[in-house]
Amino acid sequence: MDSAVFISVIAMGGLGIFFALFLVIADKRLRVEEDPLVGRLLEVLPQTNCGACGYAGCLQLAEKLALHEVAVNACTAGGQEVTDMVAEILGVESVEAQALKAVVLCRGGDREAVRTVRYRGDRTCLAAELSGGEKACGYGCHGYGDCVRACRFDAMAMNDNGLPVVFYDKCVGCGACARACPRDIIEMHPVDRKLFVYCKNKDKGAKARKVCKVACVACTLCVKDCKVEGGITMKDNLATINYELCPQTDEPTKRCPTKCILFGEEEKMTREDFYASRIKQAS
Amino acid sequence: MKPLMIFISAAVVNNLVLAYFLGICPFLGVSKRLDTALNMGFATTFVMTLTAVITWLINTHILIRFDLPFLQYVAFIITIASLVQLVEMFIRKTSPPLYRSLGIFLPLITTNCSILGLALFEALREYTFIESLFFGLGGGAGFTLALVLMAGIREELEFADVPESLKGAPMTLLVAGMLALAFMGFAGLLTV
Repeated sequence: MDSAVFISVIAMGGLGIFFALFLVIADKRLRVEEDPLVGRLLEVLPQTNCGACGYAGCLQLAEKLALHEVAVNACTAGGQEVTDMVAEILGVESVEAQALKAVVLCRGGDREAVRTVRYRGDRTCLAAELSGGEKACGYGCHGYGDCVRACRFDAMAMNDNGLPVVFYDKCVGCGACARACPRDIIEMHPVDRKLFVYCKNKDKGAKARKVCKVACVACTLCVKDCKVEGGITMKDNLATINYELCPQTDEPTKRCPTKCILFGEEEKMTREDFYASRIKQAS
Repeated sequence: MKPLMIFISAAVVNNLVLAYFLGICPFLGVSKRLDTALNMGFATTFVMTLTAVITWLINTHILIRFDLPFLQYVAFIITIASLVQLVEMFIRKTSPPLYRSLGIFLPLITTNCSILGLALFEALREYTFIESLFFGLGGGAGFTLALVLMAGIREELEFADVPESLKGAPMTLLVAGMLALAFMGFAGLLTV
């Protein structure tokens, strides 16, 4: 019995030492040098690989950050917190984070927009775009939620009117929804912007009015009501805000006949409120 | 002739994944994309073949010679773990993107039961050295085949209209079951 134990110990010990030596040699040959900064930076980044920074993922950004090739606030999704931590790790002065939020520039939901055809294909906006979709408006939201599926931060949902809602408290401004939208309805805007034209319809007023209750009919009332010359202009039958000039007030919204230009709508919805109201409706 | 029969048996008829249900973890975990699945299959095949050969040497020349068959599990596990370490170092050096896409599943090849199963089957069936080599290759080929088939189906499934309650894991398990049923059709093709 004793000899069996003895032989086992020798056999397993020998095997262990053999493999250990084998791995030591392999490690010497195949070692990969990695910048320890990259690992530390990667830890503070959001790890969602959202691509808002323009790189394929958080790792690629961390590599660039470690080489000081990009600004410390390159990660828009992380906000001020991540920017500060990145600056601390790199030992440089922190700067203000880029704060962007997604804005859905279409209010033509199931109740407002006119439907002309029945679409029975794949339930994605991208597929619907190929056939033109159900709505008479060729610029409006399809309502199949490609943007909601693209969001990795639980910051979007479809409301009961068939339109996507951005939760102001959850949106980190990565822009994944804006890239997913085949009609470019979603735009990324800095948080201090409050005035938006919620329409993308470039048809002439009479035609736009026929297809949707809340379309911009190019009446130019908001252009006149904007206190700064050139703050709002008409471009392709659509009111367009020049954010560098236009003061952020509710003045231009007051006389809008279709209520498609609105002020301060964006910060109203939080994720909690949204689901609370959905539950209330259901019960 | 026998080594060839063993190869075909391990790869198709007695496929480790679809007939013995070994190595289900990577089978479900790394079968989302075809190219990743293929690479995972190659990495596992490499480990399997080397394991089959080295465990044969250890089993025949150490464990059986010194009458220590009870050490089989421990000795085989050390062998597999060391080989996986080697593969991991090699992939990390040669292909960082592949290293990242395999992620946690690469070190998990260590605990892939199809590899330990292969080493134990080989000892149980008393294969010769050449037979063990072909058994390892065949096992690896079978694993790769199962993974690639699954990945191909799952890629197609992305575009299918799957009922809400079956999306994700349930559908994957159903597909795995049907694949296994299909592979039962090979039973009796040859007996080794």
